[in-house]
Amino acid sequence: MTTIAATGADLHAHDHHDADHKPGFFARWFMSTNHKDIGTLYLIFAIFAGIVGGAISGLMRLELAEPGIQYLQSWASMMAGKDASMDEAYHMWNVLITAHGLIMVFFMVMPAIIGGFGNWFVPLMIGAPDMAFPRMNNISFWLTVVAFIMLLGSSFVPGGTGLGAGTGWTVYAPLSTSGSVGPAVDMAIFSLHLAGAASILGAINFITTIFNMRAPGMTLHKMPLFVWSVLVTAFLLLLALPVLAAAITMLLVDRNFGGAFFDAAAGGDPVLYQHLFWFFGHPEVYIMILPGFGIISQIVATFSRKPVFGYLGMAYAMVAIGVVGFVVWAHHMFTTGMSVDMKMYFTAATMVIAVPTGIKIFSWIATMWGGSVSFKTPMVWAMGFIFMFTVGGVTGVVLANGGLDDNLHDTYYVVAHFHYVLSLGAVFSLFAGFYYWFGKMSGRQLNEFLGHLHFWIFFIGVNVLFFPMHFLGNSGMPRRYPDYPEAFAYWNGVASMGYAIMGVGVIIFFINVIWSLAAGRRAEENYWGEGATTLEWTLTSPPPYHQFETLPVIK
Amino acid sequence: MNMLKKFLIVFAAMTIPSLVTAQAANPAPAPLTKEIAAPVVANPAAAAPEAAAPAAAAPKSMDGSLPGYTPMKPTEGIGMPKPKEIDFQEQFSDNGQYAKWINNAILLPIITIISLFVLGLLLSVVVRFNRRANPVPSKTTHNTFIEIVWTLIPVLILLGIAYPSLDLLAKQFKPAPADAVTVKVTGYQWYWGYTYPDHGGFEVVSNMLKNKEDVAPGERFRTENDGPAQLAVDNRMVVPAGVPIRIQTTAADVIHAFAVPSLWFKLDAVPGRLNEKSLTITKPGVYFGQCSELCGARHGFMPIAVEALPPEKFAAWVKAQGGKMPGEAEAAPAATPAPTNDAAPAAAATK
Repeated sequence: MTTIAATGADLHAHDHHDADHKPGFFARWFMSTNHKDIGTLYLIFAIFAGIVGGAISGLMRLELAEPGIQYLQSWASMMAGKDASMDEAYHMWNVLITAHGLIMVFFMVMPAIIGGFGNWFVPLMIGAPDMAFPRMNNISFWLTVVAFIMLLGSSFVPGGTGLGAGTGWTVYAPLSTSGSVGPAVDMAIFSLHLAGAASILGAINFITTIFNMRAPGMTLHKMPLFVWSVLVTAFLLLLALPVLAAAITMLLVDRNFGGAFFDAAAGGDPVLYQHLFWFFGHPEVYIMILPGFGIISQIVATFSRKPVFGYLGMAYAMVAIGVVGFVVWAHHMFTTGMSVDMKMYFTAATMVIAVPTGIKIFSWIATMWGGSVSFKTPMVWAMGFIFMFTVGGVTGVVLANGGLDDNLHDTYYVVAHFHYVLSLGAVFSLFAGFYYWFGKMSGRQLNEFLGHLHFWIFFIGVNVLFFPMHFLGNSGMPRRYPDYPEAFAYWNGVASMGYAIMGVGVIIFFINVIWSLAAGRRAEENYWGEGATTLEWTLTSPPPYHQFETLPVIK
Repeated sequence: MNMLKKFLIVFAAMTIPSLVTAQAANPAPAPLTKEIAAPVVANPAAAAPEAAAPAAAAPKSMDGSLPGYTPMKPTEGIGMPKPKEIDFQEQFSDNGQYAKWINNAILLPIITIISLFVLGLLLSVVVRFNRRANPVPSKTTHNTFIEIVWTLIPVLILLGIAYPSLDLLAKQFKPAPADAVTVKVTGYQWYWGYTYPDHGGFEVVSNMLKNKEDVAPGERFRTENDGPAQLAVDNRMVVPAGVPIRIQTTAADVIHAFAVPSLWFKLDAVPGRLNEKSLTITKPGVYFGQCSELCGARHGFMPIAVEALPPEKFAAWVKAQGGKMPGEAEAAPAATPAPTNDAAPAAAATK
């Protein structure tokens, strides 16, 4: 791990003279080339998108709280400005699930964890003054914003049975081609193009920055694990997103230019789309979780006052997860009618991923073992992450079995699984990172009591929300259903209560943020003490507008 | 280390004997419900007294019955989800029982133990290594032995899981024998069609039944004999019990998925493809399922009901549909009443 050679005092001596001239408001926030400002923009954007995506899931849990259709028709009427038919109401449901998925993946988790924390802390942790391509960084952000507006806009134009794209976030053909007439799906596809282009540009930027702009002495094997995680993630983005771009471009061709890539009647193959989508889609789930792994590694080491256990194993476990992640995609397609050999291969290959993931879990615990652990808010979130990610991980091992997936595929068991690894995995790591670095970013620390309260209420809420979904999936409830037989009512009711509990936790989070920004304790340089050894803790909180004008030297 | 050893022992004790017996003994508990062995045939007249519509002109009955066939009344909790259930539905195919056993006897214990093991380690960190209990942190950052251990043990666990898992896959892919009953399942937006190519090629169209308050007077609605709301259909996919069935799936418009949880069966219905899988239903009964691939607005409203009958009753049903059993002399379709299902898609469209 990194040890810091240059003392903090040396560094700021230079930083404070002429480097802190901030541009005017418009130039600073709309034409920004500063990695910290762009990181802040990404975080604000992700929080906004998270509120939208979270509110949509609230609508879904409200409708699912009881059997029968209670609200959908009135919501659909509200959107359409006229009395909506039942079919339009059902279509509205599909629009909600599609929007929730796309927003949470492309506009909440990715912008927050890569755009937000990646932009803020990769340059700080490697001792670089900024990202390698500051202007490209800016366009990455604004493309994401435009993509989000495109996606929201798609809900107001016709998409087949009703307004909006109701294809699911997977946009499977032929539902997304011949099955959805109207501009909504085109707009959603354009939105994905833009978000994808933004992510590819971002990935190029991170790779270049990490390879070329490390401070003297910061070898690859001395990089903090968060930087490693962003590096691996950037490669995954760079290799996976072009495949998505190709797949959805083919959708556009099929939709608008008489193409037949996925049209069986003209010699195409709908299953080809699924192969292309999941060749992107499976690495995508690691894109969302790997930076979270990095954040958790930093936090666990800091609060245990110990260096990360098995540093090289941790770094290369992420590399292994990234590599293997590219050869397991068809486990999302076990029921498409693939051959037995393929099913056996994808079963076995998928289970292999459990090994590097296990290495990470045990290494985090070994880092704490023998440590002198203080349970500050970020650490509590990190420990919650480790446990919840384990629970989500082991159900992944169950789903990896092609023979069991014949029953579990597309049921709520799958919904429970990926919410455990994302909503309780990636989101916990986001909250952990937010509590960890908020003082560094804003200059004021979040309140510890409210942070703990937020954690416990949120932790209980998401478990009450998502754990019963395993039961629903076991007994056969399919996902993406607006209504269900009476027998599923009990656990659906429990899950909806869990949403309400989680919502209270989120409100406490926002109270904490607003209160802390106004009146939080001022953060000194290294407010977590001796365990925090990476370079960002040598700088003031918040860091100067331009940092490391004299590069720190790492021994 | 001790914990790891214990873990390994527990795992071995759990898995190895079970692997040996997996194929020999039927691992699932013997099916308990006797009442469905002899199918309960409901009295159509009692069940649908409102069915006073002119029966002479319309072949359409109010309870789905045909000459020589009355739909079986489903047994509560069999072939359908049960309230507050946390486990899989009771299984009515050998592969389903094997798969459920693999999950409940191998995977579920393993993943529970792993999760509790991690939770236990985290809790012992809280107790033993908090700042007050352990003010001076150790400086250990490497231990090659333990790193090898926590790499190898998961590998061994996964190998233990892989064996029954791949065995299950091989069983599931065992093709149906040549004389198996073939049912071609076609997904439409938003109903199912069941074609019987070996039995004269008739197609049964299957739509969800709505509740009484949601249909026009005189139209068929769901009764208790049909099954639970959201699952009951007007015309079921009728198959023989105890003999191999070859299910082929395809779709006419977008991708659907034919799924029946109590038979451990799910196969996508893809336009332009004919997917095939064999299935043997062990007992007569009604087994409900739902479309399991997002297919548009009414994706949640195209349920599946499979009615498995003793072979002779199946033959009677085939006859009632105007079909013939394989090898039978050419039946005279004109002599049998017309199939009941021709009006069904139209009924769906009026929704």
